Amino acid sequence: MTTSLRTPYDSVVMAAPVTVPYARYSIESAQWWIGRALAGLVAQAGIKASDIDGLCVSSFTMGTDSGVGLTQHFGLCVRWLDTIPLGGASAIAALRKAARAVQARDADIVACVAGDTNHVDSFRLTLENFSRFNQDAVYPYGAGGANSSFALIARNYMRTFGVTREDVGRIAVAQRANALRNPHALMKAPLTIEQYLAARPISDPIHLFDCVMPCAGAEAFLVMRDETAKSLGLPAARLLSTIERHNAFADDPMQVRGGWAMDVGELYTMAGVGPDDLDIVQTYDDYPVITMMQFEDLGFCAKGEGAAFVRAHDLTINGDFPHNTSGGQLSAGQAGAAGAYLGLVEGLRQVLGTAGPTQVKNASLGLASGFGMINYDRGLASGAAIFAGPSR
Amino acid sequence: MIDPIEPPKRKNPLLRTRLPTAPPRPRSRRSHGFTRAAAEGRFMLQRCEACGSFAYPAREACPSCLSADLAFVDAPRRGVLLAETTARVPSDVYFRERAPWRIGLVKMDCGPTIVAHLHADCSEGAAISMSLQLDKSGQAVAFARPEGETPNMADDRQWREMTADPKFRRVLVTNGRTVVGQEAVAALKAAGAKTVFVGVAEPWRPFAGEKLLRGQDGIEIVALDAADEKSAADLAADIGGKVDILVNTTEHVRPGGLLDRRGTSIARDEIDQAYLGFINLAQAFGPAMRMRGADGINNSVAWVNILSVYALANWPAFGSYSASQAACLSLSHCLRSELRPGGVKVMNLFTGPVDTEWFQTVPPPKVAPRAIAQAIVSGLRSGLEDMYVGDVAEEIRQRLAANPKALERELDR
Repeated sequence: MTTSLRTPYDSVVMAAPVTVPYARYSIESAQWWIGRALAGLVAQAGIKASDIDGLCVSSFTMGTDSGVGLTQHFGLCVRWLDTIPLGGASAIAALRKAARAVQARDADIVACVAGDTNHVDSFRLTLENFSRFNQDAVYPYGAGGANSSFALIARNYMRTFGVTREDVGRIAVAQRANALRNPHALMKAPLTIEQYLAARPISDPIHLFDCVMPCAGAEAFLVMRDETAKSLGLPAARLLSTIERHNAFADDPMQVRGGWAMDVGELYTMAGVGPDDLDIVQTYDDYPVITMMQFEDLGFCAKGEGAAFVRAHDLTINGDFPHNTSGGQLSAGQAGAAGAYLGLVEGLRQVLGTAGPTQVKNASLGLASGFGMINYDRGLASGAAIFAGPSR
Repeated sequence: MIDPIEPPKRKNPLLRTRLPTAPPRPRSRRSHGFTRAAAEGRFMLQRCEACGSFAYPAREACPSCLSADLAFVDAPRRGVLLAETTARVPSDVYFRERAPWRIGLVKMDCGPTIVAHLHADCSEGAAISMSLQLDKSGQAVAFARPEGETPNMADDRQWREMTADPKFRRVLVTNGRTVVGQEAVAALKAAGAKTVFVGVAEPWRPFAGEKLLRGQDGIEIVALDAADEKSAADLAADIGGKVDILVNTTEHVRPGGLLDRRGTSIARDEIDQAYLGFINLAQAFGPAMRMRGADGINNSVAWVNILSVYALANWPAFGSYSASQAACLSLSHCLRSELRPGGVKVMNLFTGPVDTEWFQTVPPPKVAPRAIAQAIVSGLRSGLEDMYVGDVAEEIRQRLAANPKALERELDR
């Protein structure tokens, strides 16, 4: 096995995974949700807020606030601060930056937080104001939002590789089964493949159960050095490797692969593990077809074999390939930028053995991925991380 | 293949008129390079002067070489439709009312990929021809149509949202005493207009060409003197709710500039007829047109002005007339802004001297009234905003863009 030239994440750990239970709509502000997540971190870690000396924030709905405004709002005095506007890739990007900050001792305890509110009109406003290319060259075309943009990608992908709606639907159906064990998931009714196939079309070939439900919520975790966690008596997961890539494969006329495909070798080399070693996988599931693409790009199968892969595996908690164990965004809800954190936070709970009703037995090695920012015709940002629990 | 649209049924006056809504309007400043192109019916993209590659969406630097030298140039229209989708539950009111709405991603032969509105006859994997159109917000959007003609092509539902086709619509031509007005009536009728109302001041007085208008099916002579506020208001009270397209053919041409005229009486006439006439027409007919911008197949769609190209650069031989035209041009931009909430387009046709009696002493080339009438129809069918009719107008446009001072000096002859 070749070795990575990057500096290893020796002694970098993550602790205190926090999920503030989601609400379909909230009259509270994003700052309120972020505040609840910070309070959750402090309570779970048994630290004082003043022990947090680094902060990394992601949100679509904070209005004019950035991370620095939040320090005063929450009474935090930090010596390291970042605001990450990378949508679905925010959690992996936050983790990467925070990891290097604590490793270099620029900070000792970094709180990584994402939270968004969902007022009745806020999702439409987010769609309308997403990016300049979106404003100029996408939104005025039917205003279908991400649904229409991903519909184009999905249609091309499905046609190119002979993927059927039933193949894609297996992912959504398995995640709903997982969500039924997660008391905080917004979707509480079982979903059959027949119901999936019979759902109303939203933007062909995207149908209702291919779409996430926008909601309010927050997710968070702490990043620190191993010694800090030990001194606090905190159970922690070790960070083994990460990748991040933006605007990959710009010459592909349509997106059939994400940036992971460019860096996946490095991801496993740096971690010193292979895809088969993983106990749990949490992909970024804004649409199940994007998850299928990740199965290929993250090395679980070759390009074009995603459909065969999902046919051959059971993606539920008790299955042979436990995936998106909390139900993912498709069934738990998409709380804006917190959607980027959902998989990583659930993955941390899994390897720490604290996932409760969704716990996969003996899970110790996990992978979480992120994907974000459909700026124009494709998702631009991708990332992934591999981490290990104390039992490994 | 699409079915032809049906003639609209008689409107039930008791039913509420659906109010116009507009598609998303915000654009970056750079993106208005497309607006400029769409206004004239051109297809332009940014091309890097340094490395030659085309870019889309509008950018501030070339994605191939980071040069800032990205000029909008006429670009090849051909592309291939890679993938399509039909938005069924859009988040925006305009599109939600018009859902399902079909869009696609097109790979242009010249390089970029473009998200575009689709004509119903476009299919995946097939070649398309791209154009830039002005939507109901007045903003430029890319529109893909099949290469070549298909049956009932102009009746496509999404295409008709972008254009102001006279088919099945009712038109008011404001002055039927002029040759241009009479030619416009004939061309609009031939283009499928349901009714053409023709304004004639004091219609009991005989006028040349009267036979072309009287007793013709679908042509109604109505009393209108645009310079008379009451006359415009009276006519609007009668037919204001039935004018889907208004073609302002008011014309008052007199030679002369400033110093060789005595007093203001001729200039006052020019202003009365052209400028105040425009105001009277706008105030009488504009509000109802703006309100009826989404009123079915025969919604109100366009206001057409025929202006002298010397509105853009004063021609001293007709200096005072040029100034009256400049005033009308300025006013047309105000009208465009005020009609925009209704999605009603304002189209300006710029012409050189027309082959009529008031330009008798002017040497050729002159514009035939029929050419103006045909331009009106083709501009409406394409949904344009600015048209230059004839060689003189086109030349003035180019010279103005090249060097306005040179044009000013050379018009002084």
